[in-house]
Amino acid sequence: MSISLFLEQVLNGLQFGVMLFLMSAGLTLVFGVMGLINLAHGSLYMIGAFSAAAIASWTGSFWLGLIASLMAAAIAGVIVEIVIIRRLYKRDHLDQVLATFALILLFSEAMRWIFGAFPLFLDVPDILSGTLSLPLGIEYSKYRMMIIVVGILTAIGLFALISKTKLGVRIRAGESDREMIAALGVDISKLYTLVFALGAALAGLAGAMVGAIQSVEVGMGEPVLILAFVVIVIGGIGSIKGALVGAILVGLTDTMGRFLLPSFFKIFLSPSSATDIGSALASMMIYILMAAVLIWKPSGLFGNSAK
Amino acid sequence: MFALSAVIALPTFADGHKAKVGMITTLSGGGSGLGIDVRDGFLLALKGNNNIEVVIEDDQRKPDIAVQLADKMIQSEKVDILTGIIWSNLAMAVVPAAVNQGKIYLSPNAGPSALAGAGCHKNYFNVAWQNDNLHEAAGGYANSEGYTNSFIMAPNYPAGKDALTGYKRFYEGELAGEIYTKLGQKDYAAEIAQIRASGADSVFFFLPGGMGIGFMKQFAQSGIDLPVVGPAFSFDQGILQAVGAAALGVKNTSQWSKDLKNDANVKFVADFQAEYGRLPSLYASQGYDTANLLASALNSADINDLDAFRLALKKADFASTRGNFSFDTNNHPIQDIYVREVIKEGDVFTNKIVATGLKNRSNAYVDECKM
Amino acid sequence: MIKENYFNTICIVLLLSVPFLGLILDEPYYITLATKVVILAIAGAGLNLVLGYGGFVSFGHAAFFGIGGYVSGILASHALNYYPIIEWPFVIEGTTQMLIILPLAMLVSGGFALIIGMLCLRTSGVYFIMITLAFAQMVYYFAISWPAYGGEDGLSVYLRNNFPGLNTMNGISFFSICFVLLIIVLFINARIVNSNFGLALQSAKQNPERVAAVGIEPIKVQLIAFVISGAITGLAGALYTDLNRFVSPSVLSWHTSGEIMVFVILGGTARLFGPLVGAALFIILEQFLGGVTENWQFWLGFILIIVVLFAKGGIIGMIAKERHNG
Repeated sequence: MSISLFLEQVLNGLQFGVMLFLMSAGLTLVFGVMGLINLAHGSLYMIGAFSAAAIASWTGSFWLGLIASLMAAAIAGVIVEIVIIRRLYKRDHLDQVLATFALILLFSEAMRWIFGAFPLFLDVPDILSGTLSLPLGIEYSKYRMMIIVVGILTAIGLFALISKTKLGVRIRAGESDREMIAALGVDISKLYTLVFALGAALAGLAGAMVGAIQSVEVGMGEPVLILAFVVIVIGGIGSIKGALVGAILVGLTDTMGRFLLPSFFKIFLSPSSATDIGSALASMMIYILMAAVLIWKPSGLFGNSAK
Repeated sequence: MFALSAVIALPTFADGHKAKVGMITTLSGGGSGLGIDVRDGFLLALKGNNNIEVVIEDDQRKPDIAVQLADKMIQSEKVDILTGIIWSNLAMAVVPAAVNQGKIYLSPNAGPSALAGAGCHKNYFNVAWQNDNLHEAAGGYANSEGYTNSFIMAPNYPAGKDALTGYKRFYEGELAGEIYTKLGQKDYAAEIAQIRASGADSVFFFLPGGMGIGFMKQFAQSGIDLPVVGPAFSFDQGILQAVGAAALGVKNTSQWSKDLKNDANVKFVADFQAEYGRLPSLYASQGYDTANLLASALNSADINDLDAFRLALKKADFASTRGNFSFDTNNHPIQDIYVREVIKEGDVFTNKIVATGLKNRSNAYVDECKM
Repeated sequence: MIKENYFNTICIVLLLSVPFLGLILDEPYYITLATKVVILAIAGAGLNLVLGYGGFVSFGHAAFFGIGGYVSGILASHALNYYPIIEWPFVIEGTTQMLIILPLAMLVSGGFALIIGMLCLRTSGVYFIMITLAFAQMVYYFAISWPAYGGEDGLSVYLRNNFPGLNTMNGISFFSICFVLLIIVLFINARIVNSNFGLALQSAKQNPERVAAVGIEPIKVQLIAFVISGAITGLAGALYTDLNRFVSPSVLSWHTSGEIMVFVILGGTARLFGPLVGAALFIILEQFLGGVTENWQFWLGFILIIVVLFAKGGIIGMIAKERHNG
């Protein structure tokens, strides 16, 4: 195994992590600020991907598709927040789980109704196709590089938002004490809608970017949703820093696990058993990681103990 | 012990040339495209046929629902024949019980090896292929193209294992790498990096549905310029549009292609387009052939006499869209498996035949079947 | 609003009428559906103990459902194929006797619940939800990858397991076994909830510090509840394998966990008959809507949202008064 293969895998893990960060940032904010478990976050990812595919086909431009995904997901987020989510803040987690689970069914079928049963086409724009030549002989996909860059920029943007702007102050205050900021005259419902829409837009963006190199199909959001929950739990609810660290950790563990575990077992087992056990363990790796982190730190790496 | 097989199923209609068919297939959720195609092909063939009544139910790709629907079809609807299941795991749940209750099952898609070998049954007929077939043809094609160092990949589940086993059964070269990926995995960056580093001269993969779309797009982006071979499942008419240009030039194996020049197929393609406004896929052709097989058997034999009916089915005296079609002793097809290339015709991506992979191919499990 | 006991009786009557109708109208499928409702209600009753009464949300109960299911499947398949499970150090053969399989399924799933509970109960809130999910996912991926029992293809068991004196292949007989088990489970639930243990459990939900102050460790109480809950759900899983004569990793997916939660919440958490009402409603909607349109999942989601938003406390919450315990 060469150094360049190893490093390429590290980059892949980073890219996967960055995509997870985009998904998790929104989720952790919504949970941290509003105390809401939102299982429909994966549907917002799907809506972003479908909008991007539809607009990109219609106009021929990937970039317009990307903008469409941000807008469509944000608008969907706003509508869902006002009509449904708003009524759930005061309810307990169970009701939130049930309502947002129902939203998953609704959105998935709505997409199928509108767009049909077959996956949609979405492709990488020409200027980003092909590879970049990096040092040490690594050929890395330009598009994936873009994803990493977008992710890092988004992370920087979010940190700046949270720590340097008034909105960020309100968000942080809202995470600590909801009643207090209402008493201080902040318009809570606007704040919540904004946070929800922001999270939705990020999820939509992730969906569109990933849809170009994977597939745009109904149900694409659910596996990512589960991973996003794993990330925010590892990182600590409500913490953007935690979401970033958690996402990178999960991305690297998953990618390196899939790559290293079967090779490791091949050392002393037959190839087919090595593959069986290696692949099985690789699938379970992320969950083992999460369980281990929680056993060590029950509120995640950067979470506080208060729920 | 097996009191079930003593239960005699009374057919629904007094006229032995009429029958009731229960179709259990996937019509909702992800993967429903395949079920919809099979259903559409099946119904197209039966258009205007008043002797066959079809009851259709959606299994939602869940094995427990499929089992319950099968019970409903047999107990409430009192169907004579069952068909429709797309996925091997659902087939394994439904078929053994159904055939042991005296019902005929005609598979328009799933062909697990368990039902071709030790689990074969005189009531079970597979009208599509045995799961390994398309992969075997890919292996054969790799040899004829002179590939000697293939990198092969499939998801870590029984159909995936069958795929790589099938390929290796015919492929004679070395393996640059053999990977089992996680079922449902969408991101193949790690595997593609391994392909690049392995020094392979060709790639074979089986990644049905969204998995394959993701892999092909990412592979095309990676700049690795290796020939790719796979079974039609990742390159069928429904999925191709989502993969787009990334699939151009890929060779895929299939027992059917829309450009097969026999009368039945020419008519089928034209009729399908006229009726549904889209080009048919291999799944649609399988549904169509299943219906025609059934109709032909009903014409010549009486469903009340199951032995005669089974013989009529086995004769396969119908015009298949594939041209030559016959059954081997374990009720699986003997047919030619072609190699197609992905091309673009106008605005649409489709396939055209470039070679014959395997001629008159049966399957590897005939001897294990003690029928 | 009517009294809860009265409502519960109506539920039983309605439930029993379905297989009865199935028998009279010669529609065996109704009996199968009713049996499915009963089995899922048992699974929900298990979950209700920790979710409703205990107040901790387990998103991993599919693990216990699936483990129970596989215990049943593995034992039966070995017996039907005539080869033992282990040959060394002593021979363990399979069995198709329900009276052995069911308790064993409960034991194994309860055992897993003990291990998982010990690890998970150190966390709380959404962390608990996620760690229970994590363990369920681990079991799920393990089952898919383990080739010996079919992996993703699953395991078929041609015949129903044996129960002395009854022909379990007969729909009504099998339904009766499941129904009696449901009643027993609900009875046990009722006794637990109304006992000192149950009181401690429910208090731990409201105020763990108070409970500790009285000298009871909340975690011990919760762990015991979790184990019992796992065992009951495992029982349901074993029965489900028997109903379908088939088990596969799909019963271990998080969708299954989600669905079991939906039954409990829909019916009414912390209500004895909640899981039964929820399961029945869900299955009825699935069947009825599925017959009407291909887009039934859309309408199902829509109806569920309406119920959550406007029927707090679930269906039972809308209809029956809260029961007051002394």
